[in-house]
Amino acid sequence: MILGILGGRIYDPRNGKDGEVGDIWVKDGRVVAPEDADREAAQTVDAAGLVVMPGGVDIHAHIVGSEVNSGRKLRPEDHRGHERARSGNLRAGAGGTVPSTYLTGYLYSELGYTTVMQASAAPLVVRHTHEELEDVPNLDKGAFIVMGNNHFVMQCIADKQPEKARDYVAWLLRASRGYAIKIVNPGGVENWKWGKNVAELDDGVIGYGVTPRQIVQTLASIADGLGLPHAVHIHGINLGRHTSARTTVEMIAALDGHRAHLCHLQFLSYGAGRGHVHRSEATAVAAAVNASAGLTVDIGQVIFGDATTMTCDGPLQYGLHRTTGHKWINDDVEGESGGGIVPITYKPSNPINGTMWLTGMELFLLIDDPWRVFLSTDHPNAGPFTSYPQVIRLLMDRDYRREMFDSLHPRARRGALLPELDREYSLGEIAVISRAGPARALGLEHKGHLGVGADGDIAVYEECADKEAMFAHPRYVYKGGELVARDGAVVADVTGRTFSVAPEYDMGIEAELREYFKKAYTVSFDNYSVLAGHGAATEIVACG
Amino acid sequence: MSTVVEHVTCTFCGCLCDDLTVEAEGTEIRKVRLACSSGQGIFMDYDPRPRQPLVDGREVEWEEAVAEAAAILSASDSPLIYGLSSSASEAQRKAVALADRIGAVIDSTSSVCHGPTGLAMQAVGEPTCTLGEVRDRADLLVFWGCNPDASHLRHFPRFSLTAKGALTPNGRADRTVYVVDVRPTGSSKKADHFLQVDIGTDFEVLTTLRLLVKGLEPSVDIVGGVPVTELKELVERMKSCRYGVAFMGMGLTMASARQLNVAELFTLVAELNEFAKFSVIPMRGHGNVTGADQVLSWTTGYPFAVSFARGYPQFSPGEFSAVDMLARRAADAAVIIASDPGAHFPAAAAAHLERIPTIVLDHGPSVVASHAHVLFPTAAYGVDAAGTAYRMDNVPIPLKSVISTGRVTDEEILDRIIEAVA
Repeated sequence: MILGILGGRIYDPRNGKDGEVGDIWVKDGRVVAPEDADREAAQTVDAAGLVVMPGGVDIHAHIVGSEVNSGRKLRPEDHRGHERARSGNLRAGAGGTVPSTYLTGYLYSELGYTTVMQASAAPLVVRHTHEELEDVPNLDKGAFIVMGNNHFVMQCIADKQPEKARDYVAWLLRASRGYAIKIVNPGGVENWKWGKNVAELDDGVIGYGVTPRQIVQTLASIADGLGLPHAVHIHGINLGRHTSARTTVEMIAALDGHRAHLCHLQFLSYGAGRGHVHRSEATAVAAAVNASAGLTVDIGQVIFGDATTMTCDGPLQYGLHRTTGHKWINDDVEGESGGGIVPITYKPSNPINGTMWLTGMELFLLIDDPWRVFLSTDHPNAGPFTSYPQVIRLLMDRDYRREMFDSLHPRARRGALLPELDREYSLGEIAVISRAGPARALGLEHKGHLGVGADGDIAVYEECADKEAMFAHPRYVYKGGELVARDGAVVADVTGRTFSVAPEYDMGIEAELREYFKKAYTVSFDNYSVLAGHGAATEIVACG
Repeated sequence: MSTVVEHVTCTFCGCLCDDLTVEAEGTEIRKVRLACSSGQGIFMDYDPRPRQPLVDGREVEWEEAVAEAAAILSASDSPLIYGLSSSASEAQRKAVALADRIGAVIDSTSSVCHGPTGLAMQAVGEPTCTLGEVRDRADLLVFWGCNPDASHLRHFPRFSLTAKGALTPNGRADRTVYVVDVRPTGSSKKADHFLQVDIGTDFEVLTTLRLLVKGLEPSVDIVGGVPVTELKELVERMKSCRYGVAFMGMGLTMASARQLNVAELFTLVAELNEFAKFSVIPMRGHGNVTGADQVLSWTTGYPFAVSFARGYPQFSPGEFSAVDMLARRAADAAVIIASDPGAHFPAAAAAHLERIPTIVLDHGPSVVASHAHVLFPTAAYGVDAAGTAYRMDNVPIPLKSVISTGRVTDEEILDRIIEAVA
């Protein structure tokens, strides 16, 4: 099939296009040069006056797998009033902050997004993640594999055997068909199994004697050494605490030049304020990010309204349960990880929520290079991904931002820097933070741009003064050259791909792992890898 | 030809032991190693002979059976799809797709076992862990209203009572074990402490434990037949343990107060975390009943008792649960997948199943299969069909096909019915 999108204003930052009028041709799912498209046979779309962008790329969202599905099951109240009926070949679903799988794919299509990365999966249960990924249509996907509290990794560090850790990590990425190394509260999740946590980079992990610093340094070094397309993806220590900005800055220093992606940075950029209310330390954190060229971040912008917090950071979630009194799920996962879920509602009238909101905004505005700061709400932790158009408007429209700031609790507003930040993002910069930038950080060569060879993932918008309305209702959305949404409504259900990596390693480690599994796991070594068994077909992205 | 397959998963119960070795000669299974006596039956009693589908008891070709099933469902105003717990998640996904397509009510055996557990979880949450954490860390176990000694035969040695792990190298000697039940059981005989509670008083006893955890003093000396001094001793152990785990079963979910019992236990466990690490694990029964909860949740947002009658998923236990749909005569046709409500449902519900046209998918004989209008003899997941199942702690485990019989899977049949009704 050949598709021509003609005469649109093209925002394709990777290829230097910032609103230039031009044509995009797609053949067999990929962007081709005009001379390679048979115009007679093509379906063409008159995009005159419309904005043409690559499909959106979400670098960090919780859309599938054990924690997400527990969140769905936990919250019938979250779905009611957000249902979607079956229509033609489109499946029914239940939405809210934790939508069912098919509806998740459709809702992303309706925003112009075509690629989403599942932010975490413990390898023991990653078979579940892959099962759900198969039931998410209209998106290309990948899963990040949590390793920051992995017993084998920590034992290698304790034994000073970094090469063995590297071989294990490579084996584990293959065995789980994962895309990247994820770290969540390194050491803190293991300590939570003793009812404790870590507070400093040099605190000890019970039973191993290793430190969060060593875990981060080892895994960051392994990600670089294996040439993984995406850097180590880090949720640091002290998330949500008034010490988080300090330890985030220390963590950046500890990375010592290794590539890294720091996720939902907003949650990790607080200092101690007056009267038990956190204050934003966005200035200090943004300065550290600006000074570290190898670093990318996403923000995890708070959205006022309902959210469902879910993370492998078990002790954090227990604290949130104790603070809010809301229902709480905890799940300790043998040898690897843990996690928790707590529903929450963010309100501008709550001074802490207000501070969280403005911290995210300040980070967006203070980090200079849009190629290193990406749009996210850490869906569904800070808010649902369906609120991305609102975040875009907040970034592009300082009057709207000011209006929302004025609605915050006075204690959140007091002394805030945000009103002084006049910066407004351009359409081109929005295309960077929601498409080109995350695609580059993920090492997905065919994503986030519209040059020859790119995937035919395209979103076409009608520009209007209200940028939220603009981005909430794309005129056309194409996935691999197929029309999947029109006028903000999904029209087709197409199967997406799942990306994974297959780094090289010394196969000799498997014999040791086979023995290790007998004591460390309740699942047989041969049944642990998702390479065995049903499903989980993935497309390998090269390491280099 | 003789074959030996290792690391085979047993689908009998929610333990999903995946360390079996199965020896077969052709399609005949000769020997199963490491399986418990229940698990042996899954393999040794399996009749591998291919069979033809039946329509009204008459052998027919597959096409005719599929067409007949599609005709029944197309003529139905209120179809019910039920069962799923002995099927693989791949087939469970197809069952939801069929329900979505035809506007059916879909429910699993969860609604008659741990349905109240799901409702309790939705009310108060659930602090839990995987079974490996129990084996490796737990120094205090409390079994409440469950009897794994009879129902989950390898639970004790693999995960809980006697299992040896990283912090429990001496197994049984490293653990204190309580059983709470309304009568002595095989499990209570193996415990250090047995608290026999009066029938129907679980909630009171649980509430008293919560009260004691908070340091309050009850105004009575005996609650539910148990001296408060014994409850105090349990509370002291719970507050001072390294890693405590409660296991709960149908003694809580099917006693009066049902989900309120379970919510009280889950709340107690949550509150104990102020003092010690504590988790709870429901003792899920059938091999993949946990998978049915998972699949329904990811496809519809809800774990069981889901109706697509209005085009979108609605969740209403008591209304869309299979027993209630049938007893109220609200279903006018049924698809029964790998379960036997004919044998296990209350009389009013089972009687209605005999009145309406039924389409049954099962790998062996059952009461509901004996009066099915359309009977599809299927392969058995984990014996002659591969797939995925979820252990009671939500860990997904692959099911192997250990013999090659050519029998058709639930997944394939459901796929053909979906095509035929489209």
